[in-house]
Amino acid sequence: MVSFEMDDEQKMVQETVASFAADLMEPAMRESDEKGEVPGEVIAKGWELGLLGGCIPEEYEGFGEQLSALTGVIALEELGWGDLSMAMHLMAPSVLAISVLDQGTEEQKKQYLPAFCREEYKAASSALVEPYYNFCPSAMRAVAERDGDEYVINGKKCLVPLAKESDHMLVFAATNPGMGFSGVDAFIVPVGTKGVEIGDREKNMGIKALSTYPVNFKDCRVPLVCRLGEESGCDFLRLLSRSRLALAALAVGMSRRALEHSRDYATQRIAFGEPIGSRQAIAFMIAEMAIEVDATRLLVWEAAWRCDKNMDFEKEAALAKNYAADMAMMVCDRGVQIMGGHGYIRDNPVELWFRNARGFATFEGMVMV
Amino acid sequence: MTIDFELSPRIKATKNMIHMFAESAIRPIARHYDENEHEKPWDLLNMVQKFMGGGMAGAFGSESKEEKEEGGEAKEKKPRETNLAGAVTIEEIFWGDAGIALSFPGPGLGGAAVQASGTPEQKEKFLARFSGDKPVWGAMAITEPEAGSDTANIKTTAVLDGDEWVLNGEKIFVTSGKSALEDSEGFVVVWATVDRSAGRAGIKPFIVEHGTPGMQITKIEDKMGIRCSDTVSISFMDCRIPKENILGSPEVVDKTKTEGFKKVMATFDATRPLVAAMAIGVGRAALDFIKETLKEEGVELRYGINPHRMTSLERDIMQMEADLKAARLLTWRAVWMLDNGLRNDLQASMAKAKAGLAVTRITQKAVELMGPLGYSREYLLEKWMRDSKINDIFEGTGQIQLLITARRILGFTREQLK
Ligand SMILES: Cc1cc2nc3c(=O)[nH]c(=O)nc-3n(C[C@H](O)[C@H](O)[C@H](O)COP(=O)(O)OP(=O)(O)OC[C@H]3O[C@@H](n4cnc5c(N)ncnc54)[C@H](O)[C@@H]3O)c2cc1C
Repeated sequence: MVSFEMDDEQKMVQETVASFAADLMEPAMRESDEKGEVPGEVIAKGWELGLLGGCIPEEYEGFGEQLSALTGVIALEELGWGDLSMAMHLMAPSVLAISVLDQGTEEQKKQYLPAFCREEYKAASSALVEPYYNFCPSAMRAVAERDGDEYVINGKKCLVPLAKESDHMLVFAATNPGMGFSGVDAFIVPVGTKGVEIGDREKNMGIKALSTYPVNFKDCRVPLVCRLGEESGCDFLRLLSRSRLALAALAVGMSRRALEHSRDYATQRIAFGEPIGSRQAIAFMIAEMAIEVDATRLLVWEAAWRCDKNMDFEKEAALAKNYAADMAMMVCDRGVQIMGGHGYIRDNPVELWFRNARGFATFEGMVMV
Repeated sequence: MTIDFELSPRIKATKNMIHMFAESAIRPIARHYDENEHEKPWDLLNMVQKFMGGGMAGAFGSESKEEKEEGGEAKEKKPRETNLAGAVTIEEIFWGDAGIALSFPGPGLGGAAVQASGTPEQKEKFLARFSGDKPVWGAMAITEPEAGSDTANIKTTAVLDGDEWVLNGEKIFVTSGKSALEDSEGFVVVWATVDRSAGRAGIKPFIVEHGTPGMQITKIEDKMGIRCSDTVSISFMDCRIPKENILGSPEVVDKTKTEGFKKVMATFDATRPLVAAMAIGVGRAALDFIKETLKEEGVELRYGINPHRMTSLERDIMQMEADLKAARLLTWRAVWMLDNGLRNDLQASMAKAKAGLAVTRITQKAVELMGPLGYSREYLLEKWMRDSKINDIFEGTGQIQLLITARRILGFTREQLK
């Protein structure tokens, strides 16, 4: 029966994450962006929320009952509201953890999952995006060729979060080039493996506090046991779609924050004797921003709900993610516009959201629900 | 409660049934009633009356028969889905054809106003007729030549003379006005002012029965789309109606008290999402047409690849699909809130704003994408483009919906944000 009301657990998760975001993330946002690093304390405290451990069942030392994409997107919206870099840093390990949980073999789950259930933050990385203008996950250029009991990975990756800070990264590469999504596999690669060349930290327009790296794979050999799902491989499109939901949820949260900021400013800033929000040119922008933020959230919820119900959700996730990327840019662009010149100055958060927003079109992987 | 997008089995069953009906009974005659404006599909309308017997009432936000049958107590426990059922049903019927759907008998907006603010006697007297054997229509007349969006500016007057109100003025664009007043024993709810100096507080709705002397249909409009639905001008010249035909209190107590006005405006909280649902039905028809055409041509849509690798066609279609879905979800949320007794004026306007504009764009884009097939009257697509435009106009234009949304978000009054 159709309902738009969260269950009690989701409400609790939302409230907890929302107050964490307001108390710890948002106040640190600007300085963290300028410095190019996320405050360790925020990550430590964020980890204590147990968002990832809460997805992992007890048998793997977690404290969750069931992985829920819907609960995940609700939490991520709040994190996105707080700060995108910190949210992505905090949740970067989710790609490896949730991929293993969703599609790993029993041995892989036992081996990798407990590390994410400890008290201390455990970094983990993932490598999906490639440094080409026309990069597409269905036409991956990185390849993994089978050679006996090993795979040999070759190719270039970028936007690899926390590559240097992690012990493992989940690397996506084509085992059957030309086969689209179904020709892609994932490999759990120890960061120190020979042939993994991590470059200097990237300099991006936005998410400046999140450390991301270019990574080259040159004849990087990993044993079959490192292949996600081992002999049976994985459903890459499903994993990609789970990450699209996560990214879309972050976009909703950040855009909601930008909307609230614009709303407040529009009621306070006086021009020609009246608050600028009393002019339709501004008011209508704000109305459309509000409509689109809500619309996107509902698209994300519906896709996540389908995922949890074991229905096909890949198409819905793709639509939601693309929609979210456009929405975020529209909302944050207007956020700057509504502040006029002040929006262009780095004192104001809209400047930061504007830079962050464009990233969603480019990001794939990086976080997962 | 938990977030859920699965329709209940009951609504699903209705939806399937209505869809079959729309496909088999409405679609085949859609073109005829577009090309032959002012004709009515009487066979269909009689059948609709027989099978739904005022059932479209639910479709217009009023608590139809079903509610009454469920009884007062049971109602408390069982979650209500009346408005959601209405939205789902409307989408299916309008998928069939918007013009014909709008011509269906039922209480319409006028009946919704009676339902929302009428006394028990008024409800009994005016609403019972819709569940009879013969089709009956209700209509609502707010708009005037000089007052559309600005409803507070209406000039039609109502003056109490003994036991009667005397109405004078001119109304335009009354949906189903002819159906209500000439083709059936219906009525029209007319908005008039009892005291112009009182502004909004002076505006009251009055029920005027068919055949009342002094009321005359002066024009039947020829339109761009939804041609099967009659849209008329009505003039009132010393039109006398019984004193008790006023909806709500006749008092203009004080200018800040606009309760009656507000109550009728509140019917829009129920009807706006339904207009959104109408739009969505037409939008879906257009999208279905595109997809079927592409399928016949062997064109595959590659969901999930990066947008900059898509063909322009794929990108457009995916945008349309996401927009349509977003509009539907916003609409469902608005009716779900209503079903659950939550204030939904903001969400109702958001849904209407989104759906009205999205579907106008979707159908226009669809005609473009289908090239000569889109432009040809051989197919219904061009009709859907004409039909859908109305959804961004009536029941409050897109701009008015944005205005309401913005006021609520910004916390501004209508004086602060005009
Ligand atoms: C087919 C059809 C059926 C209809 N059915 C009914 C019916 O059953 N009953 C009934 O009473 N009416 C009905 N209407 C009337 C309809 O509700 C009005 O046409 C509509 O509300 C707009 O009013 P208007 O045409 O006077 O335009 P106007 O109010 O003159 O608006 C003109 C333009 O200005 C914009 N505008 C107006 N005010 C503002 C503002 N404050 N801020 C920004 N922009 C603004 C509008 O959005 C619009 O774009 C119907 C109309 C049609 C075409």
